[in-house]
Amino acid sequence: MSILMQVYIWALVAASFLCLYRIGRGPTPPDRTVGIDILGVIMVGFCAFLSLITGKDYYLNIGISWALLSFIGTIALAKFLERRGFDE
Amino acid sequence: MSETIGYILITVGVLFDLLGCVGLARLPDVYNRLQAATKCVTLGTCMILIGVAIIAFGSGSSAMAIKALVCMLFVLITSPTSAHALARSSHKAGVALWAGSVTDKYQEQERKEKAL
Repeated sequence: MSILMQVYIWALVAASFLCLYRIGRGPTPPDRTVGIDILGVIMVGFCAFLSLITGKDYYLNIGISWALLSFIGTIALAKFLERRGFDE
Repeated sequence: MSETIGYILITVGVLFDLLGCVGLARLPDVYNRLQAATKCVTLGTCMILIGVAIIAFGSGSSAMAIKALVCMLFVLITSPTSAHALARSSHKAGVALWAGSVTDKYQEQERKEKAL
């Protein structure tokens, strides 16, 4: 693993910790949901780096399915938050 | 040649990811955070995946490149959709805007529709 790849991986780790800070700190539930959504998209980038480092293509399958599950989870959380507010 | 282009794209993408997450941690309310983080992180991850696809095409493993392109297309479709649903639901749930914001067009339109 080259020095450049290590710099990329540590930059994405720093971005993930900023998301975790927002998930833990966020004052309202939508703030935490935004953090979870962004963390899911960053994980797809991690899967791409894993595939580039090892040279195996099946890590990108994990990325595709992770993006799908993150999308479904965020939509479900958004619907749940919408119903909990003012009743219309 | 293709490795150089791919690594330049990956560098720009990682920079966008990091700056988007700084915006997620630093901005004052949920709408600002959603706007900064979603746009920057979607573009950054798409650039990372395009860079991986270009490097993989250059080194001859076309299965990896096509999977990276499919993954890029999927992120490009789903991430703005979920951000839109999240912004709408948090506005409907009554999350307050930042005290320094100047206008709220969605609330004005809802009031106008209710008056009709």
